[in-house]
Amino acid sequence: MNLALTLILLIPLAGVLIAALMPKNQVGPTAAIATLIQIGFMAVLLVQFEVGDGLKGFVDEMWIPELGIHYSLGLDGLNIFMVALTSVAWSVATFSASRREISQPRMFYAMLALAEVGTLGAFLAQDLILFVLFFDLLLVPFYFLIGMWGESEEPGGARRATATFMIYTLAGSLLMLAAAVALGVLSSIQNQSEISFQFADLAANPVSHTAQQWIFVGFMIALLVKMPIPPLHGWMPITYKATPLPVLIALSAVVAKLGAYGFLRVVLPLLPEGVDSFQPLLLLFAVIAIIYGSVMAFSQDETRLVVGYSSIAQIGFVLLGIFALDAKGAEGAILQMVNHGIVTIGLFLIIGFLAERAGSEKLSAMGGLARNAPLMATLFLIIALATLAMPGSANFVGETYILFGAFTTEFVWGAIGSVGIVLAAMYMLRFFQRAMHGREGGNTASRELNVPEFALLLPAVLLVLALAIYPQYLVERVEGGAKSAVSAFGVSDDDVATTKVGEDAK
Amino acid sequence: MSTVLAAATTVKAPSVEWNTMIPYLILGAGAIVTLFVSLLSTRSVQRVLTPLVAVAVLVGSGVFFALQLHEPAKTVMSGAMRVDDLAVVFSLLFIASALASIVLALRSSTAQNFGRGELYSLLITVVLGMAVLAAAENLVTLFLGLELFSIPLYVLCAGDLLRKGSLESGIKYLIIGSLGSATLLYGLAFIYGATGTTDYFRIAAQLSLPDIRGDAILLVGVALTFVGLAFKASIAPFHQWTPDVYEGAPTPITSFMAVATKAAAFAVILRLTGQALHPIMDNLQPVLAVLAVVTILVGNLGAMGQTSLKRMLAYSGVAQAGYLLVGVVVSTALGARGTVFYMLIYLFMNVAPFAVITARERAGAGSGYDSLRGLGREAPALAWSMTISMIALSGLPITAGFIGKLFLIEAAVAADYAWLAVAIVLGSALSLTYYLRVIATIWMSPARGASSVSSGEPLIAGAAPEADSSNHPELVAIAVIAALASIFFGVWPGPLLDLARDAAIAFAQLGR
Repeated sequence: MNLALTLILLIPLAGVLIAALMPKNQVGPTAAIATLIQIGFMAVLLVQFEVGDGLKGFVDEMWIPELGIHYSLGLDGLNIFMVALTSVAWSVATFSASRREISQPRMFYAMLALAEVGTLGAFLAQDLILFVLFFDLLLVPFYFLIGMWGESEEPGGARRATATFMIYTLAGSLLMLAAAVALGVLSSIQNQSEISFQFADLAANPVSHTAQQWIFVGFMIALLVKMPIPPLHGWMPITYKATPLPVLIALSAVVAKLGAYGFLRVVLPLLPEGVDSFQPLLLLFAVIAIIYGSVMAFSQDETRLVVGYSSIAQIGFVLLGIFALDAKGAEGAILQMVNHGIVTIGLFLIIGFLAERAGSEKLSAMGGLARNAPLMATLFLIIALATLAMPGSANFVGETYILFGAFTTEFVWGAIGSVGIVLAAMYMLRFFQRAMHGREGGNTASRELNVPEFALLLPAVLLVLALAIYPQYLVERVEGGAKSAVSAFGVSDDDVATTKVGEDAK
Repeated sequence: MSTVLAAATTVKAPSVEWNTMIPYLILGAGAIVTLFVSLLSTRSVQRVLTPLVAVAVLVGSGVFFALQLHEPAKTVMSGAMRVDDLAVVFSLLFIASALASIVLALRSSTAQNFGRGELYSLLITVVLGMAVLAAAENLVTLFLGLELFSIPLYVLCAGDLLRKGSLESGIKYLIIGSLGSATLLYGLAFIYGATGTTDYFRIAAQLSLPDIRGDAILLVGVALTFVGLAFKASIAPFHQWTPDVYEGAPTPITSFMAVATKAAAFAVILRLTGQALHPIMDNLQPVLAVLAVVTILVGNLGAMGQTSLKRMLAYSGVAQAGYLLVGVVVSTALGARGTVFYMLIYLFMNVAPFAVITARERAGAGSGYDSLRGLGREAPALAWSMTISMIALSGLPITAGFIGKLFLIEAAVAADYAWLAVAIVLGSALSLTYYLRVIATIWMSPARGASSVSSGEPLIAGAAPEADSSNHPELVAIAVIAALASIFFGVWPGPLLDLARDAAIAFAQLGR
């Protein structure tokens, strides 16, 4: 049995276990340093991953034979960078948290680590039930993280926020559970095969056209809630406002991407006919998300919500790329998930720094913060420009791929979606200008980044720069994963797709 | 017909399979022994020996039950009972549930006021009745077992003699339970009238004949029988007694009722639908399916507005009965396995909350949601047990509740009842609202308005104010064990799945 991937799941827990043995004020720093082990381990896996590699480190153990559930993990072009992003985001989140005073630190860091395990597990799972299991599992620690350490102006606000988050996401997840079980059972009944939930087996034994339709809906709701895509984004504003910033880094940079990943890993390969039927609807959702997210991001005063709504717009792009049903689009979607994850880490760190200087996270209380802080302004600008997909940034490459894919197959939707690029420039520049330039707010005190702050922000900036200089590294390795995700759609030509449906119906 | 005559002649000298009967005899004799032991009025006998004897009786009987696992099914007493793996697994469940409630009752006011001997002796009698019921292969045995467990239970509900609520609960349960029993008996009589026999096997044979299907007498009989059983299993709309009785009854007894009574009713339902009524199951399925959905809905909606934890658990129990019913509706081995597995894990998921409630009641905090405030800091072991149980009950991974729901959903989809699977998940989504409220109260609410004052609050009669959670290690222990089991069987469900499989194999053999 290949232990490498199981180790990835266990290292965070081991780290937090060691941290728990430390005296109370040392728990945070120890937990943070322990996350570096995970990064190192991940780096080794990344180096070993060659261009064109298929599924690596595959683990396949029967877990519950009666139900055909396998403990099966694997690493490929589709998830390797998501796993790496998770490691980085959680490391930054843990370091960022360790700078703060946290009550009940042992429980906090244990929950944070458990959330990482859930997220990593969902990315690594090669069995549908295992995917759903981890997908749901990660919600439990987030429930505690938001509810117990949440920040809220009114009493009980954090509690309400976490309940909203939990009920929204879990209602979706439970539907997905039913859909997942149905997919496995029907696949085995209709093809008279042994019941199995492994992705490979499910792809080999597709279910009937009708079944694909409603199973698709189950998955769609769960994944859209997680991303989140309007109109299922209702949990986002209240949750983002209440979540502690370090936790929000992990939640926004990584967990939101899990929804998009689910489409690529599960829905597209396993439910091609469902995808065909619902493609227009999903494209509509994508475009709505892009425009709605951008407009909302432009009008927010809360900096968190500026980033929150801009994430909706960005993930809308990802959805557009996925449902272009084209290898280029899917590739762009993966790139964009990684890129956006990295800039989100940077943006939320910066929000934390700005709030320390302005005494508030509101844009209206900020202004002129660049005066004594040229370094901070520069780093912020780099990240802001990457977010708005400045040519030369990796985000530009990602969005280009997405739009390229969309234009090939769905010209109109692609054209509408590309408006989002302009809108992104508007809201990001507004954010930057309001915070850094202009008249100083009442309580602001412009101050340069100190060494820990700089060290915290540096990895995100370096990653942005590295990927801007050499995006090919990502592009080449992601290609195989993207192609396999859309392989069910062949030459992704409308006519071909319809004839394929016709054949299957027979 | 000749076989009927042959059976009639053997009635004079029924062959009693003594070996198979041993666990039942142990229970019967043990109930009496426990009562007599308790007559010795020494304090140490009362406090230590009596519960010890009761535990020994239950464990002894359990061992003999366990020895019969995997044995071929045996028909004992001329077809009165069929001791197969289905009966054995359920009997083991009753015994485990009774053991748990003995631990909960050890230092309760009920044990003091009611008399330990009576309490434990009645509890063992209840277990005997349920065990008989789970093995019944004849309508007469069915009713015998049902009354044998119901009547002592009425008394036990009223066990907190000094508390009005407990007496009220006992009376309520007596009236409604008797109504249920009467309805059931009426139904059984009609079935006998329509088929001319009380033996499950022969009833099934009669029902396989084409002309009996639409028989009005038969339909009335079947309907009344299910109504009676629905009372016992708290299936909506026959669940109304549940919250009141649960709230009023002494918490250790409530804990037992929540699991064992439900399990007993489902054991009967499984046997009836798997054997006697199997030929007309096609006609029953739609009705039961609708009942399942209604039960899931009513239970979950009812639980939302509750402020008492016991009432919340009562309604949540109603909802769980709905999930369990799904496994019955599909009437396949997979469904039976799902129901049995869910019943088994339900024991663990329920014992921990009731242990925590018992501890809070003894600390003088009552059994409302508020009693849990600040528990996270005060008593982390209890707090975590409660939290894990709530997570398990709502069916989240990596708990046994997740596997249980998974099983039922799989059974429903495989039997072409996908909409029942959707009902299960929608019910689970609804259930989150109240389960999460418990967790939020434990961890995210400020501690109770100065917990030092709480001992000055008006106490529930009989509660021991001086005892705080550190003083009852047995409650903490059982809560922690149950919670750990909820997680253990969520990660490694193998052992319980095997038990459930054995029971399901026995279920599948019933129809033949």
